[in-house]
Amino acid sequence: MKTRKPPIALALSLMLASPLAAQADTDLKAEVERLKAQNREILERLDATAELLESGRAGQPVGTTEAGPHDHAMPTTGSMRQRTFGIHGRTGSTLIGGYGEMHYNNLEQKDSGSPKSDKKAMDFHRFILFMGHEFSERIRFWSELEVEHAYLNDNNDGSGDTAPGEVSVEQAFLEFDLNDNTSARAGILLIPVGFINETHEPPTFYGVERNNVAKNIIPTTWREGGAGLTGRFGQGFSYDLLVHTGLKTSGSSNYAVRKGRTGVGAAPADNLAVTARLNWVGMPGLLVGGAVQRQTDITQGTDANAGAATLLSGHFSWQTGPFQLLGVYATWSLDGSGPATAGADRQTGWYVEPSWKVTPKFGVFARYSTWDNQVNSGTDTAYSQRDIGFNYWPHENVVLKFDYQDQSTPTGSAEYDGINLGVGYMF
Amino acid sequence: MKMKNLLFPLLLLGLVPPLAAKGVYEAPAAFLADAFEGAPPTPAVIWLTGAKRKAVTQILQHKPDRLRIRYWARAGRSAWILEEIGKEKPITVGVVIDDGRISRIRVLVFRESRGDEVRHAFFTRQFERAGLAPGNRLDRPIDGISGATLSVRALTKLARVALYLDHQRTAP
Repeated sequence: MKTRKPPIALALSLMLASPLAAQADTDLKAEVERLKAQNREILERLDATAELLESGRAGQPVGTTEAGPHDHAMPTTGSMRQRTFGIHGRTGSTLIGGYGEMHYNNLEQKDSGSPKSDKKAMDFHRFILFMGHEFSERIRFWSELEVEHAYLNDNNDGSGDTAPGEVSVEQAFLEFDLNDNTSARAGILLIPVGFINETHEPPTFYGVERNNVAKNIIPTTWREGGAGLTGRFGQGFSYDLLVHTGLKTSGSSNYAVRKGRTGVGAAPADNLAVTARLNWVGMPGLLVGGAVQRQTDITQGTDANAGAATLLSGHFSWQTGPFQLLGVYATWSLDGSGPATAGADRQTGWYVEPSWKVTPKFGVFARYSTWDNQVNSGTDTAYSQRDIGFNYWPHENVVLKFDYQDQSTPTGSAEYDGINLGVGYMF
Repeated sequence: MKMKNLLFPLLLLGLVPPLAAKGVYEAPAAFLADAFEGAPPTPAVIWLTGAKRKAVTQILQHKPDRLRIRYWARAGRSAWILEEIGKEKPITVGVVIDDGRISRIRVLVFRESRGDEVRHAFFTRQFERAGLAPGNRLDRPIDGISGATLSVRALTKLARVALYLDHQRTAP
């Protein structure tokens, strides 16, 4: 049986319900406003947290950071200080980095009068630590400390020799910005000739081993003690001008320039050298440059039959899309009857290297190089080498390398053909 | 070689008037004003979280240390002012994107000691009309500058980041 509300009861219910509904609506609106305010506060706190994290100055109240030149920028990375420089000492900031490479050589000796001796070796060839310190915006220090061949060990034979490695300071110099376009440097400096002597981090070049022109004619890693200027002008021109210690070759090594490196260890400075280089990169993908060096006595006064020496060098690099072609030519002229008698008054080498970056992570290359440290000897003293291989970069600063080398050497000199594998990194 | 004979040319070169290889080439505010006919819109913010953070990390080859990127947008145009370290110090770059393609890229502030050649128009011109290809890569090759490899790399990365974030901004 249905019950029906009397009309009067219904009217009473409606009269009572209207204020209640209105009250509920008011409460709901208030709740929404409260939640909106809470949401605003959460967003503000989130922004404040992000500001704090991004400023890298945890503990400092947000808003106290001085306005700087980055007011509009939203860096995807921090500044050098934020990313790699820690606050160090009382002033300035310090950077640490490095590079290294390990090689596996599997080379077969051919065409030699001497007993056959293949080269099969695994060698952590170079382990380098960078250390730099920025004293101010305009004064900084840069250095590279190198361990070659992994370790040093006293032979305990009284000779003082160590084997098989070497520890050396590859660079160590102070740099002063004279103005926005010119810097002065003083210390142990890399000689600005060719490509590899200055830029030799493994991910930056093809081939497991450094090429032989950049070893025997431009004696990489070639550093000297001195001072100089580096700067740029016009549309893409740059220059380097250095005054520095020179090489100290000798007749016992047929005046080979590579044997003349002193490593700036109490290096003789009786006869200084000067090096000048000019580069032009005025259009995308192209670099053209040349360098000249003059030293007044390449034996540092130890050989009366030797004298001044001049190095002339040219280099280019041309990249278009994934293709690159680079080349280096360098030649020495040595004065004096001593070098002339050995045929070493002319020492010359050059190489060309085409490469194709098939993908951003994989590139193939070929190289032809030839060098001769006794051009005028009247006998066959020229070496040449053909290389083909590839680089694979799983990360832009990490590289795996493979190449095959095929040498041609003078009669009676060892010729090594075979494969090389390498891994390298820089950071 | 006598030292005194060498000092004079060295000092002379040091006194050559600077051509501003380092410094502020264009103030960020001026870049934005130019991009929006004198009246930049209110900046908006895009958060680098989730998939966006992964994608930007993949482009930069390292984690971004920012949680947010500010940008300015009106209709189909957006402007981005970003920084990336070349070798040692951040390079500030402005990028304007019109309908998913770069219409302008400028080096605004250069602080590195080498690699400033990337500021020249002959280099930045290569980015004009560049869009995003699969893998968040540019749809065209950029010819490098020998000796400025790290600066070239930094600019190319920032162009990719700007295009990617612009795409995220307009994605439904």
